[in-house]
Amino acid sequence: MLLIAIALLGIAAPFVLPTVVTQLAFLWLMILFAVTWDVNGGQMGYNSFGNVLFFGIGVYACALVQRDSGLGYYAALFVGTGAGALCAAIAALVLGPPLLGIRGHYFAIATLGLSIAAADIASAWEYIGAASGIAMPVYPGAIGGRARFFYFLLFALAAVTWLAARALYRTRLGLAMNAIRDNEDKAEAMGVHTTRSKVFAWTVAAFFLGAAGGPVGNLVGFVDPRDLAFAGATFGVWMVLMAVLGGRGTLWGPVIGAVIFHVTQELFWTYLLGWQRVAMGLLIVVIVVFFPSGILGWASRLRRHGDAASATSA
Amino acid sequence: MSNLEVLASAPILVVQLVVNGILVGAIFALVAYGMALVWGVMNIINVAQGELVMVGGYAVFYLDRAGVHPWLGIPIAAVAMYVFGLLLYRGVIRRLVDRDMFVSILATFGISILLQQLANQLFGADIRTLSTNLPSLSFAEGHVSIASIRIVAFAAAVLVGVALVVFLHRSRMGRAIRATAQNARAARVLGIDTDSVYATTFALNCAICGAAGGIVAMTWFVQPYLGLTYTLRSFMIVIAAGLGNLPGVIVAGSGLGVLEEFAGFVLGAEYQTAFIFIVLVALLVGRNLVLARQRKYLA
Repeated sequence: MLLIAIALLGIAAPFVLPTVVTQLAFLWLMILFAVTWDVNGGQMGYNSFGNVLFFGIGVYACALVQRDSGLGYYAALFVGTGAGALCAAIAALVLGPPLLGIRGHYFAIATLGLSIAAADIASAWEYIGAASGIAMPVYPGAIGGRARFFYFLLFALAAVTWLAARALYRTRLGLAMNAIRDNEDKAEAMGVHTTRSKVFAWTVAAFFLGAAGGPVGNLVGFVDPRDLAFAGATFGVWMVLMAVLGGRGTLWGPVIGAVIFHVTQELFWTYLLGWQRVAMGLLIVVIVVFFPSGILGWASRLRRHGDAASATSA
Repeated sequence: MSNLEVLASAPILVVQLVVNGILVGAIFALVAYGMALVWGVMNIINVAQGELVMVGGYAVFYLDRAGVHPWLGIPIAAVAMYVFGLLLYRGVIRRLVDRDMFVSILATFGISILLQQLANQLFGADIRTLSTNLPSLSFAEGHVSIASIRIVAFAAAVLVGVALVVFLHRSRMGRAIRATAQNARAARVLGIDTDSVYATTFALNCAICGAAGGIVAMTWFVQPYLGLTYTLRSFMIVIAAGLGNLPGVIVAGSGLGVLEEFAGFVLGAEYQTAFIFIVLVALLVGRNLVLARQRKYLA
């Protein structure tokens, strides 16, 4: 029921609110970001600060296909999106075995370094436009149709991502991931193929992040290495933050966190001209220090508290 | 790779790169020692470390503009940063002690974004330099030239480092800090006020970063976004050297400085930062392979 209601809302939204279609499209992107981050961050306990790397690979792969393949607009877009997803997944497969052996905060900092190195390389590499980026081809349809087209594309991607994550958590692999989070050495001793599970989960997250890259690059119309593709200080941190805000390691937490975060962020952008990024930093500190278990964690604690209170009174 | 041939044909340049690297490495080592202090005592990885350097740099820069010479400006900035550190501890950091490492990384990351954007908003994104008008020294018939400001910076970094070590070993508070690093619970049982130890440790780290920032502003420049590179350099140095190992920190700092000078010369300045981060990832992966072989996981 809930899913159908959300699907109807998602389909109706761009027609009801035609002035903010781009922002709504970014809302689905944020949900995708938070859900994919939570696959390894929340469910597996590997807190990556560099997942934006896969998104950036997707953005660039799609942009390059569109620039150099000579295909028609839609063909190039879909081939490019697929290529982005594949390249990102391959990157995760290659980087996974060495990086996912690193534990805890060392993993967090290693991935942070990786995403920043990617941003630096992308802004120095001539073939992919260096610091001046890549201008995307013009959308051939009606002028107002562009934002709506990419809105539906991102909506579909986010929905598929969430459903895939849900399916993943219901398998044995989902249990293995949770076991790795709770105690990796014990999980390994119990016969869980830890490295294989970790790399697979990371690859799934990377695949969907890479797929989101192409549509977002086209929606924005211009690929900038630091502000869009490998935007570690914005997208890279937001992914983590949205999942933490909603509740790590839950299915709905990242979604709720993404919605609340995105709306707050849009309000900041509208009303705090110039100071929005300062406010964002402050918000991060407040969320992390005061709501480390997120909204869902807080809600379940409230509920438990209520149960205990009613149990004692009865 | 034409620069590599230049290097091969003029070996004297190697001397210049090594000397410059060692001089620069002292500043990295200073910032890294502050990080190791906070990490060892409070079990917090301070991701805002580089931003503290940046704030210190701006403080010295604006003091210089107001007519205060950097030699006076650096101590003033250090004291101001000490107070700033105390306030930051009371406001945020205190709530991160004894929490999950992930929480402290994310929270200090938030502080780093906050400071960086605040600086961008207040001081602008322009690159600022302190001109000291010190000459460049030439050696070996002019083949090797070393800016004397780097030698001065090196001396200043060593001075701050020595002062810190003396404080940690001789003063009562310094001993309390070291005791807390060894075992916080036992220190509390023995009547050490760990809360004030933590406050002093963090404020001390801020003061070190403030002084380092002033030195950085004199040697290179300050800019709102320079922080993260210092944070990650410090992190690298600390994991290469280990916690509470000052000689190790100095060696690792100089090593990193030399490595960076060579990378900047051979690969070009635009790949220098990327190179640092790749070294970081390689270092972590390599460290992990060694630990895995010994089955010594660090959870």
